[in-house]
Amino acid sequence: MDEDLDIKIGLEVHVQLTALKTKLFCKCSANYRGMPPNTLTCPVCLGHPGALPVLNKKAVEYAIMVALALNSSISPQMLFFRKNYFYVDLPKNFQISQYDKAGGVPLSVGGWVEFSVNGEKKRVRIRRIQLEEDPARLVYPGTITTAPYTLVDFNRAGVALLEIVTEPDIKTPEEAYFFLQKLRSILEHLGVSSENMQGSMRCDANISIKGGARVEIKNISSFKDVYRALQYEIIRQKQQLKHGIATVQETRHWDEDRQITVSLRVKETESDYRYFPEPDLVPVRISEEWIKKIAAQMPELPDARKERFISEYKITEYDATVLTSNKKLADFFEECCKLYPNPKKLANWIMGDLLRNLNETGLDVTQLAITVEQFVDLLKMIDEGIISAKIAKRILREAVRTGKPPRKIVEDEGLLKIDDEEFIAKIVDEVFREFPKAVEDAKKDRRAVNFLVGQVMRKTRGRADPNITNKMILSRLEGK
Amino acid sequence: MHLNRLSCHQLVGKIKTQEVTAVDVVEQVFERIKRVESKIRAFISTFKDDALRRAEAVDKKIKRGEEVGPLAGIPVAIKDNICTRGKLTTCGSKILSNYFPPYDATVIERIEAAGGIVIGKTNMDEFAMGNSTETSFFGCTHNPWDLTRVPGGSSGGSAAALASDETILALGSDTGGSIRCPASFCSVVGLKPTYGLVSRYGLVSYANSLEQIGPMAKDVVDCAILLSVIAGHDPRDSTSAPYPPHDYAKNLRCDIKGIKVGVPKEFFGEGLDEKVEKVVMDSIGVLEDLGASCSETSISYLDYAIPTYYLIAMSEASSNLARFDGLRYGFRAECDGDWNEVFSTTRGEGFGEEVKRRILLGTFALSAGYYDKYYLKALKVRTLIKREFEKALSKFDVLVTPTMPILPFKIGEMIEDPLVMYMIDIDTAPVNLAGVPSISVPCGFVDGLPVGLQIIGGFFEEEKILRVAYAFQEQTGFHLKKPEI
Repeated sequence: MDEDLDIKIGLEVHVQLTALKTKLFCKCSANYRGMPPNTLTCPVCLGHPGALPVLNKKAVEYAIMVALALNSSISPQMLFFRKNYFYVDLPKNFQISQYDKAGGVPLSVGGWVEFSVNGEKKRVRIRRIQLEEDPARLVYPGTITTAPYTLVDFNRAGVALLEIVTEPDIKTPEEAYFFLQKLRSILEHLGVSSENMQGSMRCDANISIKGGARVEIKNISSFKDVYRALQYEIIRQKQQLKHGIATVQETRHWDEDRQITVSLRVKETESDYRYFPEPDLVPVRISEEWIKKIAAQMPELPDARKERFISEYKITEYDATVLTSNKKLADFFEECCKLYPNPKKLANWIMGDLLRNLNETGLDVTQLAITVEQFVDLLKMIDEGIISAKIAKRILREAVRTGKPPRKIVEDEGLLKIDDEEFIAKIVDEVFREFPKAVEDAKKDRRAVNFLVGQVMRKTRGRADPNITNKMILSRLEGK
Repeated sequence: MHLNRLSCHQLVGKIKTQEVTAVDVVEQVFERIKRVESKIRAFISTFKDDALRRAEAVDKKIKRGEEVGPLAGIPVAIKDNICTRGKLTTCGSKILSNYFPPYDATVIERIEAAGGIVIGKTNMDEFAMGNSTETSFFGCTHNPWDLTRVPGGSSGGSAAALASDETILALGSDTGGSIRCPASFCSVVGLKPTYGLVSRYGLVSYANSLEQIGPMAKDVVDCAILLSVIAGHDPRDSTSAPYPPHDYAKNLRCDIKGIKVGVPKEFFGEGLDEKVEKVVMDSIGVLEDLGASCSETSISYLDYAIPTYYLIAMSEASSNLARFDGLRYGFRAECDGDWNEVFSTTRGEGFGEEVKRRILLGTFALSAGYYDKYYLKALKVRTLIKREFEKALSKFDVLVTPTMPILPFKIGEMIEDPLVMYMIDIDTAPVNLAGVPSISVPCGFVDGLPVGLQIIGGFFEEEKILRVAYAFQEQTGFHLKKPEI
């Protein structure tokens, strides 16, 4: 995108540590999705008078894991701060969070994430990583603008969030998208956060153009929407520049339905959060030993896995990058490799037809109806000459959508490849009778043969073995 | 025999040997409440039926020969900022005037496990902000020694209930002197424990980094018994020290010969009532008679203690009290409008004047641009003051000072002048900044009004200050004198 615009984008990513069973400061279940409203609460997460927070140690361990994976320097001592502001979703009217000013120490500072954009390596620096509690969820009957009242569900209140803040190193919406993909893959490989949980990753994006004021877009819930929101913002701000209107520092809301950003508040009225150290929580010491212990238990990360894929399965760097961009996809590939000897062919089919089908249906790998065994079976049927590659594509499409095993589809629909020479000869006869002109053409110009082959295929709905068909047509043309 | 006039250590033996029943004790306490409460107004709520049921259960247990705890059948009055499950907990505020907590504070669980019986919730300055119990939404408690005077604050209800024999034991909370001030004004014993010794889980926070729940009693032995029940580590409070249970009453009877007593001269300066000073000086003489060696010492930076204390307390309060918005519990104002309006109207109507003053000042002190100038600086001064106490307490076993620089004042006399009122915390608030323990014991009377002696010890040296207090009490007997009501 426009180099001369000097676009600076920084992201604040909020990740729910979905692997945690309990909330950040109490023992309530953190698994709130699909639960009846206000059933997973206690005096602590409802902010009842007198209730005190107690830190979930596992949350700190997960956070340390993420910090290590993002090359961030972990603070030897971590403090919690209060961020004070009045809002209906905030039970205590302050959020227990961390802060990097006024004597505050976040979990970690610095670090980077490396990823590829169209084959080019890109590095985005991390500013800090911190732990904080999630507010409650607001439910609007109807839409946010028309609802006559607001309902509050406190089940989510107090759930552990990791806030990952980048430096403004991102230049395009595309880079933002790939950065988030990579970050997600790392988190999934660590096993701390699960992609397929709705809203487990939320994003605020800061963007400035040509050194202009910084605009913050709040609460974007999907990567695609981050891409779209940034694209929209760039166009909007570019238009303003063109008309000589200065961009104001403000917070904007991404309206998913209308696919536009709308202004929430301008800087002048932005709240003063009155940060100060949380007196109810003592500083957490993070010893070298503790970090070492956690580092020793870290699972394989996407980059290491990519290198391993290249050396172990002899696939291209591009293929390995795509496959490891998503843990579930990489797992699927590796499971297939155990059952099928040709990793290159597996990679092609997974990245080509399988991903295409997933994209079309809007499913992710975990929701895939086809199993590793069935997928491998499909490829084996091609190898064994039972079905053609073309038919295999069709079967895969159906299997992905219906969950029917490929072999069953082949049997039920009579899609087995026709290699019966007598049968093919009969069809070839028919075609030669019906298209005498084409036969004459083909005798003079071999390039017209394809038309005749195509007609045989049409009559057999693609089931005729193309090799046999081709051979048969050629020998007939030569009058044999 | 008026059972309600006895102490816990006198009663527990009688209850355990079935000389009297717990039901008798509870009934007599409630008879006393019925007789004098209209004059004293120590309680916001009482739970007679529940208390009698619990007393019956204790009696049955004793009859069956089962083990009962050290507070078996003993009535305990609880300051109304400590949560009691299903029982009204108001903090002396309109905003919580209809609040029934869904859980018990850790100290309540421990008292009940020890056989103690919660008889009611006592009056207090709204959200523990004050030292006269005049800022309560439920009206002022009257000092049993002179009904026209304040009982001190903010645990004024607990102290007055003890002094008028409406209870046997009581709990208070102390942020800047809120246990010791009313103990002094009502001639009872009150102890502010080391920060972290007693769990704050269930204590409605005013200024978390300063406050502690503490025992209040008619004598030092009872104070030690109640402390033994409530002290000790609680995993639900992150600031709770990993301190094992301890029997503070066990070694009280040791003598105090050779104990080194420091008398910090800064506590005897301007603002100290001459008559109070005389009583306190006499008390130091008593300690010397008992074999203690008393000498003058000094605590620097004390001039900054009051501003430091109020900056920290108000800042923390502004944040702690933000949760009272009428959304999830408590009082909600009737008004039309969006949630912003509901929040503001509820808080506007629900909080009293002193609470609003402190929230506003605290909000200001924490605001961007002022944080470094006020709050952060206050934390630094606090560290200096803490070091001063540590230094003095490394040279002396205990420090002795007046608890309050003045005598109990008339109701309404000082309420219009908050700054003057803040200054009377001068002897108690520095102790909260330091986090060390301190006890107030009755040490005499001036014109029929009580004076308290403050004994301060090093971290977790509750046993030592209790021992000095006990020796003093046994020598003087001021705790035995009762007001006439």
